[in-house]
Amino acid sequence: MRFAVVQFGGSNCDRDTHHVLAEVCGVETDLVWYKDGLQQPYDAVVLPGGFSYGDYLRAGAIAARTPVMQDILRHAKEGRLILGICNGAQIGSEAGLVPGTFTLNAYPKFISRHVHLRVENDTSPFTSAYRKGDVIKIPIAHKEGRYVAPPGVVETLNREGRVAFRFCDEEGQVTPESNPNGSVENITGILGGSACNVMVMMPHPERASETVLGSDAGIRIFNSMITHIEQHG
Amino acid sequence: MVSVQDLELLRRTLQRDLTDVEVACFDNLWSEHCSYRSTRPLLKTLPTEGPAVLLGPGDDAAIVRFSDTCAIAIGMESHNHPSYVDPFDGAATGVGGIVRDVLSMGARPIALMDPLYFGTLDAEKNRYLFEHVVSGIGDYGNCIGVPVVGGDLGFDPCYAGNPLVNVVCVGTVHPDRFLTARVKKPGTRLVLVGSSTGRDGLGGASFASRDLAEDAEAEDRPSVQVGDPFTEKLLIEAILEMAEIGKVLSCRDLGAAGLAGASSEMASTFGAVIHADRVHLRETGMTAREIMLAESQERMLLEVEPEDVALMGAIAEKYDLSWSDIGEVIAEPRYVVTFHGETVADIPIDLLVSGAPLCPWERRPYQAETAFVRPATPVKELALRVLAHPDVAEKTWVTEQYDKDVQLQTVSHSRDAAVLRLEDAALVLSSGCNPRHIYLKPYEGTANTVIENASNLACVGAEPLCIVNCLNFASPVHPEISWQLEQSVLGLGDMARTMGIPIVGGNVSLYNESDEFNTQIKPTPSIGMAGKSDEVRRWKPAEEGDLLMLIGATRPEFGGSVLDAVTGCGGMAPALADPAVVAVVRDLGRSGVVTAATDLSRGGLLAALAKLAPQSRVELAGDPLEELFAETYGRFLVACRDESALAGVEQHRVIGKVGGDALTVAWDGTSFAITPEELETALATTTRIMRY
Repeated sequence: MRFAVVQFGGSNCDRDTHHVLAEVCGVETDLVWYKDGLQQPYDAVVLPGGFSYGDYLRAGAIAARTPVMQDILRHAKEGRLILGICNGAQIGSEAGLVPGTFTLNAYPKFISRHVHLRVENDTSPFTSAYRKGDVIKIPIAHKEGRYVAPPGVVETLNREGRVAFRFCDEEGQVTPESNPNGSVENITGILGGSACNVMVMMPHPERASETVLGSDAGIRIFNSMITHIEQHG
Repeated sequence: MVSVQDLELLRRTLQRDLTDVEVACFDNLWSEHCSYRSTRPLLKTLPTEGPAVLLGPGDDAAIVRFSDTCAIAIGMESHNHPSYVDPFDGAATGVGGIVRDVLSMGARPIALMDPLYFGTLDAEKNRYLFEHVVSGIGDYGNCIGVPVVGGDLGFDPCYAGNPLVNVVCVGTVHPDRFLTARVKKPGTRLVLVGSSTGRDGLGGASFASRDLAEDAEAEDRPSVQVGDPFTEKLLIEAILEMAEIGKVLSCRDLGAAGLAGASSEMASTFGAVIHADRVHLRETGMTAREIMLAESQERMLLEVEPEDVALMGAIAEKYDLSWSDIGEVIAEPRYVVTFHGETVADIPIDLLVSGAPLCPWERRPYQAETAFVRPATPVKELALRVLAHPDVAEKTWVTEQYDKDVQLQTVSHSRDAAVLRLEDAALVLSSGCNPRHIYLKPYEGTANTVIENASNLACVGAEPLCIVNCLNFASPVHPEISWQLEQSVLGLGDMARTMGIPIVGGNVSLYNESDEFNTQIKPTPSIGMAGKSDEVRRWKPAEEGDLLMLIGATRPEFGGSVLDAVTGCGGMAPALADPAVVAVVRDLGRSGVVTAATDLSRGGLLAALAKLAPQSRVELAGDPLEELFAETYGRFLVACRDESALAGVEQHRVIGKVGGDALTVAWDGTSFAITPEELETALATTTRIMRY
């Protein structure tokens, strides 16, 4: 099993994500510089957080148009796993891996804090280690993280079970107060791909993967991916 | 501009007229910002050595051993004047500059702290400056992926028209593999990597050494640089990759006085020839003077062997960075600049980098303490006003704009000290000072600042490793300011010596005055302190049922307190504290017998209670104002399961117990209670003002 973490100029969670996959989860993981492309088939590709191209133009817009994305779209079409975290989620939506887009927070400032998420789907390759309704504590750190999509798209996401996570309060209630950035229906984890083999999310699971840092509730996302790869090859 | 006296001295020394490039070089390099002309003899009194110090003051950043396999690089800078003229870009480039100072040591930047001081938030202009400085720091630090883990935040009318933006950066490097900013041998090449050079920030160093006139904003805007954190992030990765292969002989960041400053200081161990026409530019028609002095950001100068130039260029290009081979190190101690074959500067290098004559200033002591006038307001109302003062209120509006968690090292932040896991131990960081106290008692106040920061470290069981400082003062042309500066530096040095903490680096920012507001800043010698704890401890509040104990004696020291700030009550400023208590609390923290600890600083016992035990009941022993609001140093509020935990600790007493549905304070048969809602409302004041 081999994971790739793609590094764009301006990625800054690439080494963090590599650390959690390689050192904490113990899976072989390559850091892949975007200019080098995917030079071998990977079981999973992670688009890490950061500020690719300094968020110039729109967050993720330029990275989504680099040549490496052709490799990544092919990888997705083959049904293999892609996880986009924070800037990786913005790149994923810009590349059309999921519908909708991430835009400026409702209160238009960067926001870095621990929030709670309610798990909405426990069958996808990214969430099978959770039970539906679980409440997990996880950090967010973004300025353009408000998920928006037309009503019809949101309805489809809900109907097809493609909402993975919603912001909620400590008790799991999805309320306006527990929505830190104004995302539609508090959505912050979206599943894409023909077999829900793509997930993008604004919160940082790699920052919630070791108890010494305050929470290990996020590591089950990586563990779900590993289990899925073990079972499906 | 270079003073008439300086210019005359230079003409006599060189026995000729200076070229315009030479004048510009001296203008910047002989400025206070670059040459410490007013403060050099004073700074020499500071203790700079210690067993862990691998490289002390004088380079881009200091290097201090953390373990056998890890050293920290640490530096501190101010970006005060640019942040007034253009708060977003001024603050952002302040972050960029200190990050490159750490990077130039071959160290990966891992943490930032920002001590910030502003005018009061009732004025729209101060709110504007505050908002945009915080945005500037956040945008830059977040983008380059270096967490802002701490800082200091002070508000006082003296900073209207002259806010202070100080930045501490910490990096990590192997103790045997750090770089320095001094060239190693003649015959090597000087390679400029990073952003292209434009006309931005011309004359920034001399601009920084001037007070701000009324029309500063409009007139000086061309002196403010604009940052590009994306390029900085690429530069970090490129320089670290170059350092990793061991081919960088020396390295320096281009900061104040641009290429002239960086190349002359870097080459001062030998000499250098710089070909100004080889610098990659973003504008056409730039003169040699403009190229040499421009303060375009995100540029580094490297010394490499001639045969390695192409390899360095290839690494730069991997990261889409431009580069140019702009000069060579020569054996003669001369600093030569050529431009299209013509020599435009040729100066003895020692004269340029260390020849600035000292400016002796007259000193005159002052006395600013006033007799204490007891406020007639009910104690509970005073308490709520103190808690609502932005020096005490929650700082989440600020800290939420900073990415604190990137790099997966931040264990705890925003309380007392920041705790970062580093290898199998903890790197613990604190910063700040108390300008109101230091104004009233410059010597004692600055010495107490050392104790206060060490106290923050002690609360999580950490021992200090080193101090960096940023000496922000008004103009030493005023004899009172000159005295204040002297007293402050002496207090800093004496307490650092007493506590055995080396002062490994710093920065001086003088002339912090505003004609517009007719203000001089209070003395603000802010410091950054790094420490180590063998065990990683997270700061946590007290637990239900814990006993609350106060360690240390309280005196009626109200002068410069937050109570003084909200009521004008005056009084004596805190006297010099005994630092011995710091080690006592550190040992308590390490032994695990206390569940929580915090030191008493701004807002006194009341603020400490609000932080550590917001729902508890305490019984005061004496005058409630003194007990709650005095800001005597060397005191701690700790929580533990039973009193025996503090057996043998001098001057401690039980003051209350954690629990109940409010913060209840009783004395002499009377009491008041602050409900959680009232507390939250008071502490949310800054957020409420700023979130309009």
